[in-house]
Amino acid sequence: MHTVAAVVLIAASGVGVTVFPRSILVFLVFQASLVFVYLARIPEWLRWSLLAIALLVMMPTIGSYNGYYLEVATQVGIFAALALGLNIVVGLAGLLDLGYVAFFAVGAYSWAIFGSPHGNVLFGGGFPLPAWWFYPFLLIGLGVAAGTGVLLGLPVLRLRGDYLAIVTLGFGEVIRVLANNLDKPINVTNGPKGITPISRPPLPPDVSYAVGFYFLVLLIVLVVVLVNRRLEDSHIGRAWEAIREDQLAAQAMGVPLVRAKLLAFACGASFAGVMGVVFSAKQIFINPESFTFLESIGVLAMVILGGMGSIPGAIIGATVVTVLNLQVLKGLSLWLNELKNAGVTLFGYNLANLPTQLEPAKYERMIFGIILVLMMIFRPQGIFPARRRQRELGE
Amino acid sequence: MSALFEARGVTKHFGGLTAVHDVTFGVDGGISSIIGPNGAGKTTLFNVFTGLYQPDAGEIAFRGQPLVGLRPDQITTLGVCRTFQNIRLFSNMTAAENVLVGMHSRITLSVGDVLGRGARFRDQEAGLWRRAAELLERVGLRAKANEVARNLPYGEQRRLELARALASGPALLLLDEPTAGMTQGEAVTLMALLRRLVGELSLAIILIEHNMRVVMEVSDRVAVLDHGEKIAEGAPREVQSNPRVIEAYLGRRAAARAGS
Repeated sequence: MHTVAAVVLIAASGVGVTVFPRSILVFLVFQASLVFVYLARIPEWLRWSLLAIALLVMMPTIGSYNGYYLEVATQVGIFAALALGLNIVVGLAGLLDLGYVAFFAVGAYSWAIFGSPHGNVLFGGGFPLPAWWFYPFLLIGLGVAAGTGVLLGLPVLRLRGDYLAIVTLGFGEVIRVLANNLDKPINVTNGPKGITPISRPPLPPDVSYAVGFYFLVLLIVLVVVLVNRRLEDSHIGRAWEAIREDQLAAQAMGVPLVRAKLLAFACGASFAGVMGVVFSAKQIFINPESFTFLESIGVLAMVILGGMGSIPGAIIGATVVTVLNLQVLKGLSLWLNELKNAGVTLFGYNLANLPTQLEPAKYERMIFGIILVLMMIFRPQGIFPARRRQRELGE
Repeated sequence: MSALFEARGVTKHFGGLTAVHDVTFGVDGGISSIIGPNGAGKTTLFNVFTGLYQPDAGEIAFRGQPLVGLRPDQITTLGVCRTFQNIRLFSNMTAAENVLVGMHSRITLSVGDVLGRGARFRDQEAGLWRRAAELLERVGLRAKANEVARNLPYGEQRRLELARALASGPALLLLDEPTAGMTQGEAVTLMALLRRLVGELSLAIILIEHNMRVVMEVSDRVAVLDHGEKIAEGAPREVQSNPRVIEAYLGRRAAARAGS
């Protein structure tokens, strides 16, 4: 029953998107069908092959009908990796980090500076580096961000709860303000003007560039999920959770608090660093505006929405928030505009008289706020709460 | 004096309050109990022993190694582990995971091992789960291994905390009121278990306990704290008839009546 439903739903919605490439609704149904397949009671091999077909074959095909959907999928991938990184810090280790986007910025600027002509301002000549340097820079961005994570971690690890949140919030702002003002005396970040053009990575020419980039992001997300799972299912992950549950008892049971927390900070930061490199290459242009406090809150909202400490949760949270942002709200705004232009009347009220400020896309943060409040009231554990690992104890 | 564990002249102040004053206490093996009225400084003494508090004066040594200045996790690694008066389990983790966290200090895997999942990781991890099963078996919780700690009944939570403390392979176990909230029957069963552990694992135990029947039956030695000072120490019988102890528990007049 579920098997048939899953196959039909995915196939039908996939075909639907190609038939109605402009309909956001049909694309949402396609996304929902992925979630259905993930949850349906079907054999594991079928579940994973359906998901693989959807992500590896159908998504790129859909992208050739409507390139914007591929862009959405790529963005979802970037934010999913960010959410997975923050999930380690907040969800597993229970350290509330409100300045997470700072690590994203560190990664982004590290490639932006070396992968654009801006490097010449700093180091003389020879920039931008050849585009293939993007790949080593994934690791360099990882390293730099992890180092920043440790640097931030060292002084703040004595703090707990609210205090930690405030300090990390401050740190996030410090990095953004630095990026904003570090154009003099030495021009490191080019200040508010930002850096452009940033080199894009060379990709195999067999597919279109957008599809290639989508696959690159998908690959990175897969690696991030794998790393996340392995960390979680080990003494390291258990120590993080123990710290979240009861820091004092964890230490009394032999968990070295400082080391474990630093490792959590560094791991979370390193994911953000890698994604920062990817983000800067994707955008070609970055400036400090991309790394505001609201971005940190956005990623945190993804983690909370999905379910703290849960890997599928972080991914679904990133998807919901990004899709809401890029598609649902924008779609509603467009739709409302069309109604207004057509002069439709609703219950005797002419929609053309609606104030122009009433545009759903502008209410993004308010709608997030409402969603989060509703989640906290009705489903505080998140959409896909973390499930305890059940294991047979062997002799 | 004592080869295993020794505290000398331990003093701990909180502001103007002297919670523990010049306490000297040693353990060689077996089961020792620390008793005393509420607020006598028993738990504070445990917290000083396990590194949660730093003493203001005094020395503490375990197998000749000084413990003052070490962090709680370092002390656990050396082989001193504890339980808490108000059960501090990792409540959203399963019973087995709680025990596994207890083994943290014995794990020698690096981040690389964890990510690589090589033979080293698989062998050690399998060994950890085997040991967790053994420990849960020992405290009678084998069947509850996959239950989330918060869902266990109170008595089982106490036993799980004991298993978690045993997981670090301690030579000295500090138990803070292990029978609190238990029926007399449960308390007796637990004490029999502790006796067995002492025998089988060559373990020394220090108990804080209020249940006098339990204390007198199970202890090899008893120390009595009152107002932060040790007022008596010795075999259970001696302590029981010590007039200062009776005074501390029942007041001066009762002590006089008992003496006459």
